[in-house]
Amino acid sequence: MAGEAIASGGKQTGSGIHSAGIFQSASFQRAIGRGVLYLVAVSSSAVFMFPFVWTVLSSLKRGGELFRFPPTWLPEVPQFQNYPKVFEIVSWATWTWNSTFVAIVSTFGAVLTAALVGYSFARFRYPARDVLFIITLSTMMLPVEVTLIPLYLMFAKIGWLDTYRPLIIPSFFGGSAFLIFLMRQFFLSIPIDLDEAARIDGAGYVRIFWQILMPLSIPVTATAAVLTFMSQWNEFLYPFIFLNTKTKYTLAIGIRYFQAVAGFADDTEPKYHLLMAASVMMTAPIIIIFFLAQRYLVQGIVMSGIKG
Amino acid sequence: MTTKAMAGARIPLPRWTRNLRAKEAIAGYIFLSPWLLGIILFIIGPMMTSGFLSFTRYDVVNPPDFVGLKNFIEIFTKDRLFWPSMMLTFRYALIVVPLSLVGALSAAMLLNQALRGTAWFRTFFFLPHLTPIVASAVLWGWIFNADVGPINHWIRTITGSDNAPGWFRDPDWAMTGLIIMAMWGAIGGNTMLIFLAGLQGVPQELYDAAVVDGAGLWAKFLNVTIPMLTPTIFFNMVLGIIGALKVFAAAFVATQGGPAYATWFYALHIYTRAFQYFEMGYASALAWIFFFVLFVFTYVQFRQSRRWVYYAGEVD
Repeated sequence: MAGEAIASGGKQTGSGIHSAGIFQSASFQRAIGRGVLYLVAVSSSAVFMFPFVWTVLSSLKRGGELFRFPPTWLPEVPQFQNYPKVFEIVSWATWTWNSTFVAIVSTFGAVLTAALVGYSFARFRYPARDVLFIITLSTMMLPVEVTLIPLYLMFAKIGWLDTYRPLIIPSFFGGSAFLIFLMRQFFLSIPIDLDEAARIDGAGYVRIFWQILMPLSIPVTATAAVLTFMSQWNEFLYPFIFLNTKTKYTLAIGIRYFQAVAGFADDTEPKYHLLMAASVMMTAPIIIIFFLAQRYLVQGIVMSGIKG
Repeated sequence: MTTKAMAGARIPLPRWTRNLRAKEAIAGYIFLSPWLLGIILFIIGPMMTSGFLSFTRYDVVNPPDFVGLKNFIEIFTKDRLFWPSMMLTFRYALIVVPLSLVGALSAAMLLNQALRGTAWFRTFFFLPHLTPIVASAVLWGWIFNADVGPINHWIRTITGSDNAPGWFRDPDWAMTGLIIMAMWGAIGGNTMLIFLAGLQGVPQELYDAAVVDGAGLWAKFLNVTIPMLTPTIFFNMVLGIIGALKVFAAAFVATQGGPAYATWFYALHIYTRAFQYFEMGYASALAWIFFFVLFVFTYVQFRQSRRWVYYAGEVD
């Protein structure tokens, strides 16, 4: 922080008295320090943003322009029609709808049940509670492959393959251990006096949950919802294993399918520019949601880490 | 159980509290019930099934055929991709996790300097983390394009020679490409935000005291910042390692495990055996070995953590 820079600059002034040059002065040292920090911040921002910028620019080029040597930065004439073209050559609209549907429904289920379960862990005393909580946390470590094969066989048996049920229904049964943990931590931070006051006024457990705790937990619930929505939107393995029909694909597997076929120039030019446009269109909603929910989101992520 | 506990108490509690306790326990279980059901239906049940399957040969069409330890013996002695994929997965995790921890901590410290525009820098660092893995694999595939990608263009310009890595097409470079891709998404992500909050939680008095003792920037970092952050480092490390060992989608989309099995991660190996060859028993055995290794590895980290993680609130 500022204090550190001054502290280190202060030592320099001691030896710099003789020359008394401006270059040895504390404020100059400090300015240099700040300058270097700004330089590092700006250049690393550029490094992080470069792949995005490149992708967006590529998505606006003509197909052949991508194969120029040496590569060029800017599209000659921005090809905004590349974006609608993606909708024409693959079922992009359907996939977007599928992803939205799956993400919204499973987010609803996961957040609702995680709140209920978190409430149970935070506010009730019962035998085996702490053991169950530890088990809950340890499921975060479980490699998905251990359960995936039997789940696949089970879903196959009850006719759930190639439907959205395997992606949605499990969310309504606690969803994710991480969400439960997040909700529990938050409920624990709400003073129990509130519950007790409500109970004296005759409120039951459901009412305390719904009318006292949940209204106070809107920020954390929003965080949980946004995080779940994002991870569902991005989820690859489950839809990839469970869905077969092309029109039922979600964006994550749709884009992979598109990538697999984009390399083969069937009758026309390769479609990498369209693939780039597709990547932009898949990422954009997530970034928009992030900007809308930024404040809550950062808080929520931080809370999960600090108390861990 | 309640009666036994009560016998120990000096003043016997009135009867109504016991009812209240029972009521509370029942209500607690009711609120817990979705998860209890979920854990049985979607976690413990399937785990037991896959445990059973791992001792069978099962091709989905015919009923499972019990073969004892045959799958495991075959994995350890005959499977030519088992050890390489296990090693490769660990190597990947042991490179990605330390690098991304160091990167995330550096980024967090940079954001903690009260620079003007910090909110922007934070957003720029964080955005890659939001990119869906599949989209990230697609866009990096293009950036790493060996012939016309920008990275290789720069490498050729700087080195002045025509030799540039083949990245995802080159067995010697595919892993490096995936590591760079993973770092891009990991450095500015949740890890950085958690570090940032951790940094802001370090009491200023400690820094002031260190300055009085004559500590410079580096000494303060080593003797105040790092010890105070050890719980955060530990949290990020455990989650990072678990995440890195499970890597699947990134490699599957970017390299399909190739070229020449150079990025054949363990999860890819399980996937191929299960869903391409339909060797469900064999794949279950692979999955259980993975689970066991992950469990032991995490357990060891928790054991080791007692030596180096410092909890400020802890009294000893």
